Amino acid sequence: MALLEVKNLMLSFAGLDVIKDLSFSVENGSIASLIGPNGAGKTSVFNCLTGFYKPNDGDIIFDGNRIVRKKPHKITKHGMARTFQNLRLFKSMTVLDNVMSGMHCRTKAGPIAAVLRHGAQQREEAETKKFCQECLEFVGIPEFEDHISSNLSYGNQRRVEWARALATKPKLLLLDEPAAGLNHDEKQQLIALIKRIRDELGITILLIEHDMGLVMKVSEKITVIDYGQKIAQGNAEEVQNNPKVIEAYLGKEEEEIA
Amino acid sequence: MADISNSTSTNSAQAVKAGGLMAWLEPQQNRILVLAALAGIALALPLILNNYAMEVMSSVWFYVVLCLGLNIVVGYAGLLDLGYAAFFAVGAYTTGILTSHFGINFWLTIPVAIFFSICAGVIIGGPTLRLRSDYLAIVTLGFGEIVRIIARNLEITGGASGLIGIEKPSIMGFELNEIQHFYYVFLLLAILACFISYRLQHSRLGRAWQYVREDEDAAEAMGINRVGIKLYAYVIGAIFGGVAGCFFAAKMTAISPETFMFQQSVLILLGVVLGGMGKIPGVIIGAFALVLFPEVFRELGSMRILVFAVVMLIIMLYRPEGIWPAKK
Repeated sequence: MALLEVKNLMLSFAGLDVIKDLSFSVENGSIASLIGPNGAGKTSVFNCLTGFYKPNDGDIIFDGNRIVRKKPHKITKHGMARTFQNLRLFKSMTVLDNVMSGMHCRTKAGPIAAVLRHGAQQREEAETKKFCQECLEFVGIPEFEDHISSNLSYGNQRRVEWARALATKPKLLLLDEPAAGLNHDEKQQLIALIKRIRDELGITILLIEHDMGLVMKVSEKITVIDYGQKIAQGNAEEVQNNPKVIEAYLGKEEEEIA
Repeated sequence: MADISNSTSTNSAQAVKAGGLMAWLEPQQNRILVLAALAGIALALPLILNNYAMEVMSSVWFYVVLCLGLNIVVGYAGLLDLGYAAFFAVGAYTTGILTSHFGINFWLTIPVAIFFSICAGVIIGGPTLRLRSDYLAIVTLGFGEIVRIIARNLEITGGASGLIGIEKPSIMGFELNEIQHFYYVFLLLAILACFISYRLQHSRLGRAWQYVREDEDAAEAMGINRVGIKLYAYVIGAIFGGVAGCFFAAKMTAISPETFMFQQSVLILLGVVLGGMGKIPGVIIGAFALVLFPEVFRELGSMRILVFAVVMLIIMLYRPEGIWPAKK
């Protein structure tokens, strides 16, 4: 069954069509990718999915719910988490505090509980902390929990963002260019981590990526878009040999000669 | 209470110098020691101070409550509020009207004032918290003036001359009528305000305020309803102001709209910014500076405003994060 279904999505800014009649789906438990040349509208698709942009038309069904035009925080609560293309950590806060932001939508202590600090509130805080420490352990940086997040290396800051997304207990994880800025070793670790998230935690993954090597290695299904339209779909091999994809990335053969 | 905000900025040589003290304050028992000593001093002050100094110190505790209330809005949630005196007015007028017109017991007016403060917080916050901070500042400024002008023009609020003859409260037959009594009342309120601020800051809600303050979009993506979270800050800040207003009315026994002018809002904001936004000890120091400075430099006459302005400029130039040092 499809966990995420995008139907005839349309988005335009000031008359310029950014996404045109885009449909695709992500199967439950799969690792899927959305690729395309620069400016093809990939991040715009993510922003529509997560509620940051309001599409002009079309439908998005996530886990049986229509989420189109819902607020981002509500969509996160439905079980969709994201990471950002440029790191968006809470820079002056500790790593653990950063990860604990993910648990916010799964907990409920309000101001009165905060002041009284009764049993239920203390239990909730303890559970939040424990779960977030587990998330940090999963991404491999438990030793940094008390560090201020902006003092970490770039690669480790990325991991904090991952742990933070995992702390929302998502069903679907959207990764916006997770390999951007990582070196070769870190990319290998990233590939392993993506597979572990799916295999061990059972979380479905949809990623946007420029690094074709990484996409081809992890994805089971690839959707290629260009100028906001779907131009190809399939597994790594099918997509790689699709003439339309080659054209979108490399240009037409005649142009190349010229 | 003796906690320092998480802000990272490493602040010039002064921060390094204060680092020793900050490090010493790190262990819990040292902090409790300092708090106990400060509380002892505060409790013993009426034994040695004359009536004038008592008035000033009561005013200090009173401003501690107001500044801590505004600190929740400005320091924790990062919302610039230029009309905070409006909430203070709501509390003061609620108590004033209910006791003088309807003869209701002072203590019973407090929950009513809290209720009206919450209403005022929701009415102004609900539609405006979607605005970006600079627009919000303008709207709150307008709101502050609207409340004052309403108070000036309604019959029930006594118009421009305000309300007089507000009954002094009593506890089990013991009437609070001397300045010493009000000193302890305001000290108690200030301690309560510190306690509530501290607990809020170190809670799920306190963290959420910080997330929203640092990066609204990322906070929203993590599942935090930023409008709801800001509204909480606004309403809790309003309650602080409202309750402080109740006791202000009871102490003064008379209130007039001129007490709640724009300058009052700015003064409270000044206390928060001067000491260090979001840091409880900083805000307390800010409130002290606010009240004590004009008193200490009283002989300068009208020049003291100028001196005050210069001192503030110096503080803001050399310690833009406020007087209280930031944690590294």
